[in-house]
Amino acid sequence: MSKREDIKKTYKLYIGGKFPRTESGRYIKWTDQKQSTQVNICRGSRKDFRNAVVAARSAFSGWCSKTAYNRSQILYRIGEMLEGRRSQFLDELMLQGSSKKVAKKEINQSIHRLIYYAGWADKYQQIFSRVNPVALPYFNFSYPEATGVVSAVAPNDSSLIGLISIVAPIIAGGNTVVVLASEENPLCSITFAEVLHTSDVPGGVVNILTGHRSELLEQFSSHMDVNAIVYCGTEPEEIKLVQENAALNVKRPIIYSDENWLDKNTQDPYRILNTLETKTTWHPVGV
Amino acid sequence: MGKKSKNTDVNPDWSYSPAPESTDHIQINKKNDLFIDGKFIPSKKGNYFETINPANEEKLADVAEADQSDVDKAVKAARTAYDKVWSKMDPAERGKYIYRIARLIQEHAREFSVIESMDGGKPIRESRDIDIPLVSAHFFYYAGWADKLEYAFPGKMAKPIGVAGQIIPWNFPLLMAAWKIAPALATGNTVILKPAETTPLTAMKLAEIIQEADLPPGVVNIINGAGKTGQALVEHPDIDKIAFTGSTAVGKLIMKSVAGKRKRYTLELGGKAANIIFEDAAIDQAVEGIVDGIFFNQGHVCCAGSRLFVQESVAETVISKLKDRMESLIVGDPLDKNTDIGAINSKMQLDKIKMYVDIGQKEGASIHQSSCRLPEKGYWHAPTIFTDVSQSHRIVQEEIFGPVLAIQTFRTVDEVITKANNTPYGLSGGVWTDKGAKIFQVSKAIRSGVLWANTFNKFDPTSPFGGYKESGMGREGGLEGLMPYVNLV
Repeated sequence: MSKREDIKKTYKLYIGGKFPRTESGRYIKWTDQKQSTQVNICRGSRKDFRNAVVAARSAFSGWCSKTAYNRSQILYRIGEMLEGRRSQFLDELMLQGSSKKVAKKEINQSIHRLIYYAGWADKYQQIFSRVNPVALPYFNFSYPEATGVVSAVAPNDSSLIGLISIVAPIIAGGNTVVVLASEENPLCSITFAEVLHTSDVPGGVVNILTGHRSELLEQFSSHMDVNAIVYCGTEPEEIKLVQENAALNVKRPIIYSDENWLDKNTQDPYRILNTLETKTTWHPVGV
Repeated sequence: MGKKSKNTDVNPDWSYSPAPESTDHIQINKKNDLFIDGKFIPSKKGNYFETINPANEEKLADVAEADQSDVDKAVKAARTAYDKVWSKMDPAERGKYIYRIARLIQEHAREFSVIESMDGGKPIRESRDIDIPLVSAHFFYYAGWADKLEYAFPGKMAKPIGVAGQIIPWNFPLLMAAWKIAPALATGNTVILKPAETTPLTAMKLAEIIQEADLPPGVVNIINGAGKTGQALVEHPDIDKIAFTGSTAVGKLIMKSVAGKRKRYTLELGGKAANIIFEDAAIDQAVEGIVDGIFFNQGHVCCAGSRLFVQESVAETVISKLKDRMESLIVGDPLDKNTDIGAINSKMQLDKIKMYVDIGQKEGASIHQSSCRLPEKGYWHAPTIFTDVSQSHRIVQEEIFGPVLAIQTFRTVDEVITKANNTPYGLSGGVWTDKGAKIFQVSKAIRSGVLWANTFNKFDPTSPFGGYKESGMGREGGLEGLMPYVNLV
């Protein structure tokens, strides 16, 4: 009997609910530490990013006007789908250098985090909304709304839990997102797109790119149709660039440095609030 | 005014007699120093600049100009007060000081109102009935938060940030000072406030009240100067937080200059609000709302309803009623109690407004102005509306900050939502209709921080204010207004 040859997976981008290769045709060679596996990762371009923003913008009004209950169920569904693919992620995490024990913990925590934010999707509004007792004959109330399209630079040192920890609160709040996956460990991030794709997440709500952070950060932070940027990392020069470029259209820059994403204290509803706006409405009382 | 009626013999001269507010009980210091560490001290270089009354161009007072070394001194005072006194004080005691300031402002209310109108040009009716009452109310509201912060942020503890540098504009001078100072103090921060260079006087009066209230030295410092002083404040390395209200252009400069510096900031920037009138609105009330929206405070309002959208079927009626109403607006002496529209704040601002009116005409829009007579001296601008404008016109896209309204029409709800959102700004909006469902649909769809339904330009200390998109970041007022001044741990 002849030996069975493996079918190797092509790792691609995830834009607008589709899996295209980068328009640039470029690739990055990724090799695991043991030098046993080699794959070609798309080296995403500025044009890929712009396309992804267009997809995210088109998906925004639909996503933010879905009922909170529906968004909550979709986030829960992502958790369900991830649960069903535990072994695939275990393999990839170990290929990326995790021990089996740590990889298991990361997967458990990732699923946990999705369920956590799924639960918040129809509750943060009640925590962050108020009726304001104005001293005038008006009914006045404030509630949070999604800020719009968010660009996100996922943590480099974490492939799965890091990406999920920043994407889940962004989309729980009704925003759409274009996220740059970990440059060092991109495998799980791309596979996670397959999870999203089978979880009733509408196309364009989450878009995942791979590529060089140094090359794409400029575009992620300066694009004029992006309302907020979430940056994970500690590089002072990168943080400065993000904050400077945010000024171009008064983007909300949100910086997460030195977070241990496996830790429970990296999840709370204030992280949802970071990409929300407060809207206040007045109406007279009386005829 | 005073037109002869056609059908009667009487000559109904309905013009108002002058009703000036008295100024003889008002004390304006001819020379105003810096308020640092609880004392009034001259600036290091000894430079002073003039502040004038824009209604008659007469000088009111000299004001000390702070430079880098004065900013250093103020920051040092604020830092010491923060470390040694204010952040350590029992929050309930902190609250008592703020309550005391609120009460003193109420006692000095008329004095504040008159000075505000003299220094800035706004009608006494507004400074007396809106600005100053809101100032004391703002301090009163936040005073009560000081010892209740653990209830504001579930699951987190609110800690003060440190020293806040606060830069405020000239359109609501004392009110903006209150919006900045009150929440900062309630949460345990100390502040350096820089008022706008054309309207420093009420803030200096506030400094006297702060002294009278025995607030520990250095907790509030007030320094004056123009953009350069503001820049020194923004760039000072020992400032932890910047709070700025002003133009979007300057807001962007601030964002750039604090990039990479671990400074927190909040920005209240420009606006170009859509005021939307549907055919089923109460038309007469809507016309009042249009007037409040664009002519309140001479249109020097970042949330002014400067883009009017009228449903086509009622456009003719609304515009004709608006023109009638504009004729009855009294433009003139800010200290006259009958005045509706006062003086433009400065020559610079008047030039800018005139430039945009010129641009509007050159771009082909039709202009209509009220026939009011403007005083000879001082800075004045007649209420102005433009029709025949389109989305691409500069008077539709850019903030004018004056009594100039651009009017467009629409047919469908979807159309007006698209047009209203077609702007980089997102501060406020208005919607006028008798149908509740339409109010909720439109107010949800408008991407802005404040939505006035069947009203416009209303403010309250309990009500969060602030913009989406390029209109700023963060909220002032209400529980949300605490957020910019705390670290949540």
